[in-house]
Amino acid sequence: MHELGIAESALALALAETKKAGASRVRRIVIRVGALSGVDPEALNFAFVAILPGTAAEGATVQIDPVAAVAYCPDCQQDFTPDTDHFFECPTCGRLCATIKQGRELDLMRLEML
Amino acid sequence: MPHEISKPSAAKIPARGDVILVDVRDPGDVPPTPPGDALPGAVRTVDLQVRLLDENDKRAAENRAFLQKRGIRALNFVSSPGAGKTTLLERTLDAFAGEVRCAVLVGDLETDNDARRLRREGLPVAQITTGGTCHLDAAMVARGLEALPLDRVRLLFVENVGNLVCPASFDLGENRRITLLACTEGEDKPLKYPPIFTSAHAVLLNKIDIAAAIGFDRAAALANIRRVAPQAEVFELSARTGEGFDRWLAYLRALL
Repeated sequence: MHELGIAESALALALAETKKAGASRVRRIVIRVGALSGVDPEALNFAFVAILPGTAAEGATVQIDPVAAVAYCPDCQQDFTPDTDHFFECPTCGRLCATIKQGRELDLMRLEML
Repeated sequence: MPHEISKPSAAKIPARGDVILVDVRDPGDVPPTPPGDALPGAVRTVDLQVRLLDENDKRAAENRAFLQKRGIRALNFVSSPGAGKTTLLERTLDAFAGEVRCAVLVGDLETDNDARRLRREGLPVAQITTGGTCHLDAAMVARGLEALPLDRVRLLFVENVGNLVCPASFDLGENRRITLLACTEGEDKPLKYPPIFTSAHAVLLNKIDIAAAIGFDRAAALANIRRVAPQAEVFELSARTGEGFDRWLAYLRALL
């Protein structure tokens, strides 16, 4: 359950930004979670449900945008999406590719404040 | 999300070999209802794009710089509980006694049992008690580094909390991340818990001394590791008997 710590740091950042902007409430928190980040979106959402009450972000919508994993095959010079059946196996040539171009993201992207 | 069982399932008992799938994944980007009406123009949007593990990653970079300045190479050992991290370290430390000066940081939720097992003559070892936290982070390791006498130490072994999920997300400032997989865990563990394998420099397939007795499918396990972690060097060894240790020790010596 390291999602709780991650939600706490996101909330701290959001509240600091809200204060800085002179706003009174956070209305929406947009977070980007990569498929290879090791963070479970549902557990992250659950953590927010637990920590938002009593803060300026109480009642805010937490939007968690998933980011698909993208790997690169140097032989075929093409990107592909690793899936849970083939993982890092290039769909064209079958080579196992270690170059991950996308999917480790764990970012606070956007805030909407009132 | 709260869920009420409205009525008993009317599904038929599946044929042998079939499995009933219950998919509780997020169905995707459902437009949420905003809390209350906002006045037009009252909502302000700020684009931030900050990394949530930025704080940890900064600390990790500091740890890395600290260790590099002292000529210390650090390894972060991750695995399920009971995969053999402590036994592996015991044998590794004994092999390097008098040859390579080592230090150890051990993370556990409670107790200093592992650190006690790893005590050796002249070996700095510290137990990090996380008190419930399921992984080590860079700040905990920084505190551990402050506590350890690191004079002339060349190799630092960090034994992470036994957990195959959370430690994958936290850079500690290590030079190499080593993921252990015990034969007893089953051949498909890498497919079930990909991130911790995908982020590993090396994967150690441990307990191979009992592989035959438990009907372990070595080829399937190696193929699964390759699929999830094509970048990782793979070692097959037994921390109990020492089988396969020559290659593992050579890997460590090559880091120095």
